[in-house]
Amino acid sequence: MLLRHTPKEITERSALMINPAKTCQPIGAMYAALGIHGCLPHSHGSQGCCAYHRSALTRHYKEPVSAATSSFTEGSSVFGGQANMLQAIENIFTVYNPVIIAAHTTCLSETIGDDLKQIRKKALTEGKIPEGKYMISASTPSYVGSHVTGFSNMVKSMAGLAESTGKKNGKVNIIPGWVEPSDMEEIKRLTNMLGVKTILFPDTSGVLNGPLSGEYKMFPDGGTTVEELISAGDSIGTLALGEWCSAAAAHELDTQNKVPCQVLDMPFGLKATDRFIDALRIMGGVTVPDELSMERGQLVDMISDMHQYLYHKKVALVGDPDQLIAMTEFLVSIDMCPIHIVTGTPGKEFERRIKEITKDMPFEVNVRAKGDMFLLHQWIKNEPVDLIMGNTYCKYIARDEDIPLVRWGFPILDRQGHQYFPTVGYKGALRLLEKILGALQDRKDRDDPETKFELVL
Amino acid sequence: MATTKKKMVQWDPAHVKAELLAKYPTKVARKRSKQIMINEALENETPEITANVRTTPGIITMRGCTYAGCKGVIMGPTRDIVNIVHGPIGCSFYAWLTRRNQTDAGTDGENYMNYCFSTDMQDSDIIFGGEKKLAQAIQEAYDLFHPRSIAVFATCPVGLIGDDIHTVTKRMKEKFGDCNVYAFSCEGYKGVSQSAGHHIANNQVFRHIVGENDEEKPGKYKINLLGEYNIGGDGFEIDRIFKKCGITNIATFSGNSTYDQFASAHKADLNAVMCHRSINYVADMLETKYGIPWIKVNFIGADATAKSLRKIAQYFGDQEFIDQVEAVIAEEMPDVLAARADVCTRTEGKTAMMFVGGSRAHHYKELFNEMGMKVISAGYEFGHRDDYEGRQVIPDLKVDADSRNIEELTVEADATRFNPRKSAEEIKALEDAGYKFKHYDGLAPDMDKDTLIIDDLNQYEAERMVELMKPDIFCAGIKEKYSIQKLGVPMKQLHSYDSGGPYAGFKGAVNFYHEIDRLVNSKVWSYMKAPWQNNPQLSASYGCE
Repeated sequence: MLLRHTPKEITERSALMINPAKTCQPIGAMYAALGIHGCLPHSHGSQGCCAYHRSALTRHYKEPVSAATSSFTEGSSVFGGQANMLQAIENIFTVYNPVIIAAHTTCLSETIGDDLKQIRKKALTEGKIPEGKYMISASTPSYVGSHVTGFSNMVKSMAGLAESTGKKNGKVNIIPGWVEPSDMEEIKRLTNMLGVKTILFPDTSGVLNGPLSGEYKMFPDGGTTVEELISAGDSIGTLALGEWCSAAAAHELDTQNKVPCQVLDMPFGLKATDRFIDALRIMGGVTVPDELSMERGQLVDMISDMHQYLYHKKVALVGDPDQLIAMTEFLVSIDMCPIHIVTGTPGKEFERRIKEITKDMPFEVNVRAKGDMFLLHQWIKNEPVDLIMGNTYCKYIARDEDIPLVRWGFPILDRQGHQYFPTVGYKGALRLLEKILGALQDRKDRDDPETKFELVL
Repeated sequence: MATTKKKMVQWDPAHVKAELLAKYPTKVARKRSKQIMINEALENETPEITANVRTTPGIITMRGCTYAGCKGVIMGPTRDIVNIVHGPIGCSFYAWLTRRNQTDAGTDGENYMNYCFSTDMQDSDIIFGGEKKLAQAIQEAYDLFHPRSIAVFATCPVGLIGDDIHTVTKRMKEKFGDCNVYAFSCEGYKGVSQSAGHHIANNQVFRHIVGENDEEKPGKYKINLLGEYNIGGDGFEIDRIFKKCGITNIATFSGNSTYDQFASAHKADLNAVMCHRSINYVADMLETKYGIPWIKVNFIGADATAKSLRKIAQYFGDQEFIDQVEAVIAEEMPDVLAARADVCTRTEGKTAMMFVGGSRAHHYKELFNEMGMKVISAGYEFGHRDDYEGRQVIPDLKVDADSRNIEELTVEADATRFNPRKSAEEIKALEDAGYKFKHYDGLAPDMDKDTLIIDDLNQYEAERMVELMKPDIFCAGIKEKYSIQKLGVPMKQLHSYDSGGPYAGFKGAVNFYHEIDRLVNSKVWSYMKAPWQNNPQLSASYGCE
């Protein structure tokens, strides 16, 4: 047993987190920053933070992740990190020549009170940021919120680049939230199908799913350009996907640039995708093409064809709030029963949304924000499930309890595909269904006695 | 199969060095120049290498932090200690199972390696202090698991807000009575790399655990294996060989180890040091306090393994033991030599670069040598000058502001337990026969003339080196892996071994031969260009009118 010390009996813990269902803010800021074209993320803290975030993202994507660090020492921790940051800015523009530096703080620089906005001003005054180059910053203390909060904070800082010229550009801003590069690509395919011109930010497609061609581009071709971010202030509206990941940036554009916004759930599954497409159609003033209605119909078709394998199957879920809300809705919509749902990210609203979505389910639901995977495991021991959906760390629970696992979320360290195949939209929902059915039916084929073993499923 | 001797790309080391420095601002160039050494070149302006100094802010370094060196490297692989990270969640999360330390839960079944423990500090803890929460977390861990030991690791904010973790752990230890609780002040900002964390871990392990168990351990040839972390199962392979030879391994620091191994380490009669950088402090302290001599060994490479085993046998000097070690080597080597002869037909003459660790870049040179491959450039991520130039430079090392902050434990001979394992005469007799105690020559003497030895290599330099020197394989860590491979050069992780291993010992050598053969001869590197990219002209017969 891999997690042999996890007892079935649940005791409340007030101080010890075991097997977290979250990580810290800065990695979210780094991931978001990689979605700007020509951007070098910068970690204002000890070297270790930057090394850990780069390693974690690299393991998840199997792609290079460049980011710089202020390399704090004990001295800078006492006297402040301004000198390190100024030196870093100069070195970065000289050696790596990015279009933009997106810097974020860490628990270290936050605790000593470094102010990146003020340091940026000083760098500007001292001519350390060359003409035509940019620097943005986000405050991302690791002891507040989670990686999701850090992502949101950096996306909000991107929105801060937006300017209003007074002339609308006819585009819709789409803030996709923390989804995979493949998902961002899929959102662009959908908006293209509808014929809506958009500014999608951040956009990690073409950055974290690049080709092997014999050439290393430190700044790959993908990513939202700074020009697009500036122009976002002239868009006709903003669709923010996910309250936790994207709402802050949308509200920033609303208040600063008077771009009206709508905050939707992330488009995972049938209903959330329906709402996304409908909102996009109305905001963009277009009609939905038949091809897309066809894709939707194919999804409904597969749900009806395979309903017998899904009906009342119990699921345990772990991940981030926006993703879990949409996934819970999808599972409930296909008559599956997500009964244990955990996120490490704080937020009472999360528990309220999940309870509302699952209120008519025939089983009692365990939901916890600011929970951990130790608790999830204990819940599973007390009330077993047919399927687990979550990141790679779930495989320790899955193996111990002999439960099928569908990998979905962050990080995925032991399987491939998330970089290339989306789970958003109708096509993405089809892929999710394929994965869920594959896991359940593989298990059925493994467990059925020979007398009941079936050719046709 | 025909021998594929490859003509090496011609390069002039002085030119490569100049190219690496060309783009830097003057101050950075000056500093980096001292960390790039052309080996044994007479005109070399830097006869000694600068190492263990700060990385310049903004330069994309391979290095991590002190916490990573302490918790991640040294204390991570011990299975029956509950390691609680005191800090915001990230530090514990990132060190959760990512280093591929393998472990065997043993007969007692106690194994916390798959768990991640943290106090998950919040802003209120930063403002009002986190000591109460830490004490509560230790209590909860104790109540849930009743482990024999709980270790606490400080992250950056802990030192800044002044949480007294040592007093908290001392109090909890006294309260429990049956659980050793202690703490490591390994805040990430200390030192200049992981190396400071190794030192801090060494100190506390020695202070709080070593010597706690005075029970006699059975075994005739008792040693400790220091600086072996069982990545990819290296330690399992070494232990297999030890067992065959009749060597009793009292404690491994720290692959697949237990609390009791550390506690009993003073019962061994010899310390065999693998990774010199990360663990030599413990070796020195064990000698001073308990009289156990130490020698440098290397179990990476079959020839190096044989050499190290012979060195251990020679120390004990027992003919029966020496014969047994020879018998084991004789039994193991034929398979190794057969595999080597096979892969050499495809690897001979190829070139490699290695930038890892504080000893690994040196150890793995042995394996590349065995395959007929030449290491054209190497260096450490967090080595010190002695790891490059040999231990004789230690008295000359400058203590700078960063290293001064790291505690040096003063150890004295134990009043009752100090027991010199060899008399002065015995030591002298061995030394006269060419035996070397407390000795490490470093990487530089092993590298060819005109190769480049580079300390704290960064991303920009790595990319330029690959472009200029075109190695057949590049070795570093996960962060470097894919930028190098995008250039069409295979990259092998020598920190965590990608998905492979073991590479230590005899079986490990065979694994490594096959792995490198697979990488440098993979077909994939020929697919980078599509047919239309290689030959873009339109065919005349299909040309448009």
